[in-house]
This record gives sequence, C-alpha cells and structure tokens, in this order.
Amino acid sequence: MKKVAIEEQQKKFFLSVSPHIKDRLTVSRLMRDVIIALVPIIAFSVYFFRLRAVELIITCAFVSVISEYVFLKLRRKKLPRESSALLTGILLAMVLPPGLPLWAAAMGAVFAIIFGKQIFGGLGYNIFNPALIGRAFLMATFPVLMTTWTHPFTLDTLTGATPLGLMKFQHQTTSISNLFWGNVAGSLGETSVFAILVGAGYLFVRRCIDWRIPFFYLATVAVFSSITFLFNPMYGSPLFHLFAGGLMLGAFFMATDPVTTPISKRGRMIFGIGAGVLVVVIRLWGGYPEGVMFSIIFMNAITPLLNRYIKPKILGGR
Amino acid sequence: MKSYRIYLEFVKGLWKQNPVFFQLLGMCPTLAVTNSAINGFSMGLAVIFVLVCSGIVISSIRKLIPSEVRIPVFVIIIASFVTVIDLLFKAELPEISKALGPYVPLIVVNCIILGRQESFVSKNPLLPSIADTLGMGTGFTIALVILGSIRELFGSGSIFGYQILGSYFHPWVIMILPPGAFLTLGVLIGLINKFSPRRT
Repeated sequence: MKKVAIEEQQKKFFLSVSPHIKDRLTVSRLMRDVIIALVPIIAFSVYFFRLRAVELIITCAFVSVISEYVFLKLRRKKLPRESSALLTGILLAMVLPPGLPLWAAAMGAVFAIIFGKQIFGGLGYNIFNPALIGRAFLMATFPVLMTTWTHPFTLDTLTGATPLGLMKFQHQTTSISNLFWGNVAGSLGETSVFAILVGAGYLFVRRCIDWRIPFFYLATVAVFSSITFLFNPMYGSPLFHLFAGGLMLGAFFMATDPVTTPISKRGRMIFGIGAGVLVVVIRLWGGYPEGVMFSIIFMNAITPLLNRYIKPKILGGR
Repeated sequence: MKSYRIYLEFVKGLWKQNPVFFQLLGMCPTLAVTNSAINGFSMGLAVIFVLVCSGIVISSIRKLIPSEVRIPVFVIIIASFVTVIDLLFKAELPEISKALGPYVPLIVVNCIILGRQESFVSKNPLLPSIADTLGMGTGFTIALVILGSIRELFGSGSIFGYQILGSYFHPWVIMILPPGAFLTLGVLIGLINKFSPRRT
C-alpha cells in the first residue's frame, strides 16, 4: 500500500530535461514522407525512360539497403529502424543518367552508403549528402558513362545532350514547356520540373522541409542569371537556369537534408545563397555544364563552420 | 647480441613502425605518386637512397655538428643526395623522372628523412643508423608499392604494367586521380587498425 503511494507521488513529480513538448515528427516519419514525395518524380521518370528507370531505381534501392545491412552486421552494430538507406538509394537513382549500366549504379549505391554515410558513423553523422557522394564518385570513376545521355522514350539507341550541355557547348536553347514537363535528356528524376514541384508541395504541406534553403537557393540562381543574361543573352535566361538540369531536384530534395545543412535560420540562408552562386558560376564559367551536385557538396562541407559561427541569439541574451 | 639489435632496428621499419601506415609520415609522395606500382616503387628507391646515404654521412659526423644548427646541416646533406638522385633519374630514367615530376626534388622536405636523422641517426653510431634508415626506407617502399598496385589494378587493370583484368573491366578513373589515393590509403589504414592485434 505504502509503496504504491510512493510510486503515485513519483509519477506526479516526474522530472525530465527539456524538450517538454514534442512534435510527432520522427526520423522514420520524415523518411517515409520524403519517399512519398518522390512518388510523382519516380512516376514521371518511369514514364519517360520506361524500363531503364525501373531497373535503375530497383538496383540502387536494393543495393543500398543490402550494403547498409552488411556493413552494420560486419561491425556488429544495431540495424536502424528508419528507411534512410532506401531513401538514399532512390535519390541516387534519381540523379543518374538513364543509360548507366546497372553494375555501375550498384557501385555508386555501395559507395554512397558506406563512404557517404556509414564511415562517418551512420545517419546523423554524415558530412555530405550520401546520394550526391555516390553520384560524385560515379562521375569521377566513369566520366564517359555518366555524361552519356539518352533522350526520353528512345531507350539506349539515341544519345543526346542535356539542355545545359546544348546551351553551353552548342548555344542552343530548349523550350521552357519541354523543360517544365520533362521531355528532355537528363538524369532520371531531374527532367520534370512539374513532378518535382508536386513532390515539394507535399513536403511543405507535411512540414518536412524548411523553406529557406530552397527559396534562397532558387532566388540566388534567378537573380544571378538575370544579371548575366542582361550582359550576354548567350548565357541563357533565368527561367531556363531555374528549370534546366538538377537545380529543382537539388533545391527541394538534396539541399534540404536536415543532417548536412545548417541548423540556424541565418545559416540556411547563407547555405542557399552560397549554393546558388556556385551553381551559376559552374554552369557559366566552369568545365562542367551542370553544377548543382558540386554546389551542394561544397556547401555541405562548410556547414559545420556555419553552425559554429552563426548561432541564433539565446533567449534573454544580448 | 649486437647483430641482433641491428637486425631489430632494421625490421621495425618494415611493418611495426611503418612510416606510412603507422607513423603517417611522408604523406605527400605517398598520395601523389602512387598512381601506378612502378611510380611508387621508383619513388621508394629514391627515398631509400637519400635516406641511407644521408644517414651514413650524418651518423659519421654527428659529433661535429653543433646542436643549434643541426637542422640546416641535415637539410644541406639531404639536399645534396636528392640532387644526385634527381639528376640520375633525369639522365637514366627520363620517363620515370617525368612521371614523378616535382616529387623527387621534394624528397628534401620529406619528413621521414628529416625525422629519422633527427630522432635516430644523430644519436646512434654508424651500423644501427644504416639498419634503421634502410628499414624505414624499405617499409616506405613496401607501402608505396602496395598503394600503387591497388590503385593501378583498379585504375587501369594492371600491376607494374602487366594487364591483369581483361577487357570486361571498366577502369575506375577515380583510382588514378588524387581522390583515389586518399580513399585507398584511408581504407588500408582503417583495415590495418581493425585487424592489428594491439588495439588502442
């Protein structure tokens, strides 16, 4: 009797450290929501690239999950409950060219999981976006395979250039409506701006991402490319720069990764602006036609610095 | 007993105190010239030559060097031998010399060489000094050949120029680029630490 009373009391005076109010947002729910948001993009990529898209997505997702499982088993670590490896695999497939052989895609997935994430200690400790690390690895390892593009619907037979490549090397522009709907050559998930906006809308509704990084990222690209467009129309219009290449996919799905981007609001602003400047600089004056991957990886690298020097004011502090 | 000690001084550099894998010294040539096994091997030979020759000279005159100016004296002696090997490579092996680029002259500032002179040779008589420098140089060469072989195997499908992987193999260009050096060295050191008996 007495013991029960004490327990009652303990319940009443139960103390814990902050936070006291918790959101229902958990890591596994976030991962699930991002995968749901990717569904329209996956659908469009399957529509445009048919069987190739299906094969690449399944390969990347499967190999990612398996390599995370094997790596954790070898290190005798606990298996994660959230599906972050699955998400990394799907995101990696989204940024691969449709003509890439499956074994190369599998290598990229293994590298993304092991060297992009697990080497640093797993989810939450990785410095760089794992999917982009996988793509960067493939880009440096198989430069020819990674820059061979196929046009939608043609399947392995015809190779073509991406809109950015056409603009940079042949000074041809692509129509904005084709770019918007995605009927252009490019990586699986980056061609259709429409599908990406639908997925991004879902992420905003579910409050999975902060608006600052995508907004400042896209706004910087728009402003910077408008200035260069005024000086030299050869550089392409701001709308073209917003819609072409992987900018939309990168802005909404890669640059919003909560692990590898700054914590503070001002830090996210700087992240977006820095990445935007880098994209335009690489696209216009760099050796590669596209710079989204490098811009995000570069800003990921200076994220710890931003977190250290840009701290929000503490409540009551001066 | 004495010859056993000399043997120990030689052996420690081969693996236990391997300058690349355990002391992490001389990273600059380790990362830069190991894009093929032959480049790593010739770099190792050049380092052995400079290390042992300057070890002999410094060990013999170690009592004449005032300790305040010992570093400049070491550097001048090392630089003389580096010039010898650099000119020798240029005259006899122009292709290797071209592939190694500025990294042969840079042996002057290689920390393995200065480190051995400072920490061992300047305090020990001639024979142990030769054993120590020879062991360290050989250990360095072993590490460079391992790194160079792995990178050449994946980067061009061959080892020492002999094609091992057939035409089915798609070369991993990254392995003969600088990132490949960092990745290979990192993975190797990680695996060595994981499987070495003494775990700290």
